[in-house]
Amino acid sequence: MTPRLIIWYGELTTRRRLLKQGFLFLFAAMAWMMVFLVLPGLVLVVVSFATRGAYGQLEWVFSLENYKRLMGFSLFGWTADYLVILWRSVVVAFITTLISIILSYPLCFFIAARDKRSRYMWLTLVIIPFWTNMVIRTYAWFLILAPELPFARIAAALGIITPGMPLYPNAFAVYIGMVSMFLPFVTLPLYASVEKLDWSLVEAAQDLYASRIRVFTQAILPQTLPGLSVGVILTFVPAMGMFVVPDLLGGAKYMLVGNLIQQQFGASRDWPFGAAISMALMVLTMVSLQIYRRRSKEIEHI
Amino acid sequence: MKTENACDSEFGEQTGLVVEGVNKRFGKVEALKDVTLQVRRGEFFTLLGPSGCGKTTLLRIIAGLELPDSGRVMLGGQEITSLPATKRQVNTVFQSYALFPHLNIFENVAFGLRSRKFPKDEVNKRVERRLAMLGLTEMRQRYPDQLSGGQKQRVALARALVNQPEILLLDEPMSALDAKLRAQVQEDLRRIQRRLGRTFLLVTHDQSEALVCSDRLAVMHEGRVVQCGTPEAVYDFPQNRFVAEFLGAANLIEATRVPSGVETRFGILQLESPPPWTKGLLAIRPEWIRIRENQPEANGLRAKVSEVIYRGTNFDLWVEPGPLRVRTSSYKHFKSGDEIWLELAASELVILDEAK
Amino acid sequence: MRRTHPIITSLALLTMGFLYLPLLGVAVFSVNAARRGLVWKGFTLNWYIKLFDNQWILEAAWNTLILAVVSTIIATVLGTVLAIGMDRFPWKPKTSNFLDIILHIPVVIPDIILAAALVVAFGLLRLLSSLFEPGLLNMIIGHITFQIAFVALVVRSRLTAIGREIEEAARDLFASDGYLLRRIMLPLLMPGIVAGAMLAFTLSLDDFVISFFTAGPESQTLPLYIFAAVRRGVTPQIHALSTLIMLITVVLVVATERITRKG
Repeated sequence: MTPRLIIWYGELTTRRRLLKQGFLFLFAAMAWMMVFLVLPGLVLVVVSFATRGAYGQLEWVFSLENYKRLMGFSLFGWTADYLVILWRSVVVAFITTLISIILSYPLCFFIAARDKRSRYMWLTLVIIPFWTNMVIRTYAWFLILAPELPFARIAAALGIITPGMPLYPNAFAVYIGMVSMFLPFVTLPLYASVEKLDWSLVEAAQDLYASRIRVFTQAILPQTLPGLSVGVILTFVPAMGMFVVPDLLGGAKYMLVGNLIQQQFGASRDWPFGAAISMALMVLTMVSLQIYRRRSKEIEHI
Repeated sequence: MKTENACDSEFGEQTGLVVEGVNKRFGKVEALKDVTLQVRRGEFFTLLGPSGCGKTTLLRIIAGLELPDSGRVMLGGQEITSLPATKRQVNTVFQSYALFPHLNIFENVAFGLRSRKFPKDEVNKRVERRLAMLGLTEMRQRYPDQLSGGQKQRVALARALVNQPEILLLDEPMSALDAKLRAQVQEDLRRIQRRLGRTFLLVTHDQSEALVCSDRLAVMHEGRVVQCGTPEAVYDFPQNRFVAEFLGAANLIEATRVPSGVETRFGILQLESPPPWTKGLLAIRPEWIRIRENQPEANGLRAKVSEVIYRGTNFDLWVEPGPLRVRTSSYKHFKSGDEIWLELAASELVILDEAK
Repeated sequence: MRRTHPIITSLALLTMGFLYLPLLGVAVFSVNAARRGLVWKGFTLNWYIKLFDNQWILEAAWNTLILAVVSTIIATVLGTVLAIGMDRFPWKPKTSNFLDIILHIPVVIPDIILAAALVVAFGLLRLLSSLFEPGLLNMIIGHITFQIAFVALVVRSRLTAIGREIEEAARDLFASDGYLLRRIMLPLLMPGIVAGAMLAFTLSLDDFVISFFTAGPESQTLPLYIFAAVRRGVTPQIHALSTLIMLITVVLVVATERITRKG
């Protein structure tokens, strides 16, 4: 039986021949992704059930030990240490995202209110830190939080830290570093929505509602939701897995999941445990994405 | 002028395009149902219908951008149903013009010649000629994004015509233009077609366009051709309710056949010949209802004006009983409440289909 | 131009200040003659000059560049072909969804997970061949893996923007496969390919996490160098290096904007 002819983009061909051609196009890149992305991912899952040998090598003895350990169960009784780290990462990511949103809205309004020429300039000013290396952006806080500068001095005067010590490593510094890192990730997508805002709707809301907050939630928030949600997802997920910022600004006092994972692949040489922690992070990521997707669908239906 | 009310025409060298029994279905939707029509060589033919009636699908099948599920398409006596678009002597003016944004006007128009490796001087000669004919010579170095809608349309036209296709297809080419420009372009298109003598097939939902440009037209509805013929024939003698209402306005009158004529809610009306059905529809266009000083001999109606609508070129009166729409010239001024005599002359009443 | 409430303006400016304060601090202290401490001891460009004597830095810079160039070239080719393959062929919805998901994985997950997976994978591949010792090859492979996704996404959006009609018009005008590709598809696709390549290049230059996990002792890149250095202690030389990198970033950003605005 002769295969059915179709016309695709003006070309006369058969579906089979088209898909064969398509396969050729896909092959190289897909093979790459399979070998260096999917397969390693699967291997990681498998390794998370493996065991660490005495000298740090990988032993193919499978058990749930690593996960139990993550949950806190070890030979020495139950400890919440790892769970605390996981929880802390979620909280830090959440608060970072929240603060970034709170700071981004005024910034976006400000830029949107400029005339066309200065808008480009302001946007470029936001883009430059966005593209600057994260190591540089993070260690730069060493200077600002140094003991000689006013910030550290005020904190010393308030008794929060010992005089002469810098304002890091601690939780505060980590938050500062995270927010300054992720702020542009929220600002840029949010700006795309703010630029398209229909101000007449806002003015109508201002007539209707006395409270500024109502104006915001009823007229501004819905319109900026697309850009906002992109910004949220681009911030929350990477923030959970961040390790440069907590490493430099949090030190051993304020570890996040990223540091924990890095430790297993570095000093501790415990790949299976590291894999298990990565899986936990993966689960957190998937859950966040699901929530995001469901929220977006809800919002689409409004 | 002889009016025709058929989709067939004489065969032989006159035949340009023949579409026979074409069916096309997209998933669950039947876009075309057993469509048959013929376009004569050198004719300006229009496919007229509302959106979704299948006219664009039919155009794409003729262009070679879709394959019919069954049926054939013949051009100049040869079957082209399965011939790819690149091999058909058919060129299309797309609704959005589809100009190549990275090529200037000259190169856009020259595309179809260069792709077939025409020699340089031949290309130059032909392209210059087409550009001149459409008033585009000064713009040949410009790029599509620098042109207005009307100019883009002319480029699309030139780009297609330069290849001297056996039939030129136009997919709602004027939908993006404003009303004033549209009227102008309709006449220009007609003149160009006359001058070149090429076969044009236009697809549109705008009935005035169809009436202005076409030698013959086919009205399509839900995937079928419902009537075909010259503009006058189709306008004056619509064969069913859809065509009567789609082309121009029509007053529809329900009628039951009686020995002396038909019985309607306006009383008994006389017809030129008895209708083929017992119960059915009559139609009379607003401009065919005559306003009389006194009661007419037959088919008269005493009516009261309920609304007057000014249209610049004429007035439309809504009268009761009915309601009937009556069109009158702008000399006479009527006002709401006036009582007038109307004649629904037998010669102007059109018999439509049977009541279901 | 609209009036903005003074509170909004001040918040906005404070936020910008917050973003730039640390970066400006680095820039200022890169020209400070003081070797330690935060006292101002006079303007000097010494630290910049010393950079070019530093073997480690030069090597790191070279590695960074080679890494970025090689990975970008390969990723752009693979990503472009992938985008065409995904968009221009009639795949069943199941297939195209699957491809879509695979494409989004590197973009969406935290890069540390990808890095961990690569470490483990390379560790096992090492048993087969010593090519996979931590080093430049591993880094290139790691970079390409996430770059492909970004390039493909950018090129695919360009393909969607081009749409069907242009291709159909070209076919209607007798274009053959080759002519269509040469005269229409590639020229129209070029801006997207260039944008994708620039994105990939910048991502590679900037990358820290993937590089950190896959680097070997001989394959330091500039971000890795700076990280290692600041953990030991901040020096003006590092400030100079960082400021230099920031300036290059500014140039790249402005250049990219100019190019994308023109095209």
